[in-house]
Amino acid sequence: MDLVVDIKKDYKDFKLEIKFQANQETMGILGASGSGKSMTLRSIAGIVIPDRGRIVLNGRTLFDSEKGINLSVQERRVGLLFQNYALFPNLTVRENIAFGIRKLPGVERLRRVEEKMGAMQINHLHDKYPYQLSGGEQQRTALARTLVTEPGCLLLDEPFSALDNHIRGQLEKELLDIFASYDGVTLFVTHNLEECYRVSKNILVMDKGKAISCGCRDEVFLTPPNVKTAMLTGCKNISAMGRVNKHTVKAVEWGCNLEVDEQNIDGYTHLGIREHHVTMVDDGDLPNTFPCRVSRVVETPFSVTIFLKIDGRGGGTDRDYDIQVETSKEAYALQRDQIYPWYVQIKPAHLFFMTE
Amino acid sequence: MTLDLSPLWISLKTASTATVITIILGIALARWMVFGGGKGKEVIDTLVIMPMVLPPTVVGFALLLIFGKSGAIGQLLATVGASVVFSWPATVITATVVAIPLMYRTARGAFEQIEVNSIDAARVLGASDWYIFWRIIIPVSLPGIIAGIILSFARALGEFGATIMLAGNIPGKTQTIPLAIFLAVESGETQTAFIWAGIVLLISLSAILAMNYWSKIQYKFDQRVRS
Repeated sequence: MDLVVDIKKDYKDFKLEIKFQANQETMGILGASGSGKSMTLRSIAGIVIPDRGRIVLNGRTLFDSEKGINLSVQERRVGLLFQNYALFPNLTVRENIAFGIRKLPGVERLRRVEEKMGAMQINHLHDKYPYQLSGGEQQRTALARTLVTEPGCLLLDEPFSALDNHIRGQLEKELLDIFASYDGVTLFVTHNLEECYRVSKNILVMDKGKAISCGCRDEVFLTPPNVKTAMLTGCKNISAMGRVNKHTVKAVEWGCNLEVDEQNIDGYTHLGIREHHVTMVDDGDLPNTFPCRVSRVVETPFSVTIFLKIDGRGGGTDRDYDIQVETSKEAYALQRDQIYPWYVQIKPAHLFFMTE
Repeated sequence: MTLDLSPLWISLKTASTATVITIILGIALARWMVFGGGKGKEVIDTLVIMPMVLPPTVVGFALLLIFGKSGAIGQLLATVGASVVFSWPATVITATVVAIPLMYRTARGAFEQIEVNSIDAARVLGASDWYIFWRIIIPVSLPGIIAGIILSFARALGEFGATIMLAGNIPGKTQTIPLAIFLAVESGETQTAFIWAGIVLLISLSAILAMNYWSKIQYKFDQRVRS
């Protein structure tokens, strides 16, 4: 079970040029809107026809510009799930689900439709029309409609983005069960990085029509290879760096020298550290510890983000800051009583290095 | 006074025939415009819409030029010994030409409302374009199509200017109700004119009522119609 994609498509103001391989393990495609995620899925489904390249699914060539192969959308037998469900408004839930298997004999068709409605817990809605369903029920129907055809791969295009948080979490869990029992290739497009991490084993990061990194999810999240990937995976603290000596680099944007663990960092141009890895400490003599001033504090329900300016570098206004620190509410309550100067530590072990 | 009922039958026959042709051509055109490929869409679109904005007499004059003895189609028909000018088919031709823009525009509007994703979803699920057309596109846009049919029928029934140019006003042959009303008023038979006007009103009203009623019971899936 695998999917090989290597396609190019030129538009006037956009260029899709993507190459990757996916296997049975769910692959998440992460990227900002307009990065070409959806277009990639649509190319695999055959709705968009690439200019050049090839697409091979489970050893079956769906598209090959050199050999002149281009299977029609209908022949490709892939399962594509849309963000807005795309149910047929004039058909009931049962008719919607049966749409893709209408050529099967009646008994078998009925059996499979009932089975899928059971699996998605929508039996009681069988004679309802899409407008009578909630968002979650619509997406379950759309999922059942796709799964019932037993497609060669599952392509999910931001399937939860139109749902509210509670339903979203619920459906996400159910989807993980479905993925576990489905033995084909699954591609999951999203711009929500936490959702992407939870759902996928492997992650492909896209930017401006290109794959900028690809690998197992921890690899991509913990050691992003380039600045764009770091930003898309939610890293807030990134700085250009210059080499000082074997154990020291200069963080250009932050205006400080940092000790680094002995490792090969030749060829890297930037360094980064995630905001929850930066810590507030009492002792100014610890390695990589700097006095700092607070520019701004933003509270969320369960955590606090402190925007800090390394001391002696001016600033102190809302927008002028060097580093973001994420900490718990409790830790912040203690920190708030500390006398100035506060100290911030950038632990060498948590630093990672990237290229532009 | 005995009323010659032939204008009624001619009108009904003409309007019905023209409406059937209009439905087929109008929907086929709209389908091609919205879902089809190919070039020259703007040109065809303009040509089809023209009769809606031109005075009917100009349409009639243009048709006379095309179907007349020296016109392109007129000459073609002459080779098989046929002629449409001043014959019953001429009433159908003019009624169709003036009604098509209405059918075409409303059907096109309805098709454009359909979510492209649901059509793509149907294709991904293996449905052919024809199947999608009959199973999804037509049912979903039926309210719009019905509106188009009502408008087209009413327009075909009321057609006057182009008809008198191409088909003339021959009693028992090409004289439709609007032409009969014109003749009655012109010759001072006000009462006859009233009767015909009343008949037209009845036909139009019942057509609208029947179709509205039917679309309501048909559209159980559409929230807008129901509420």
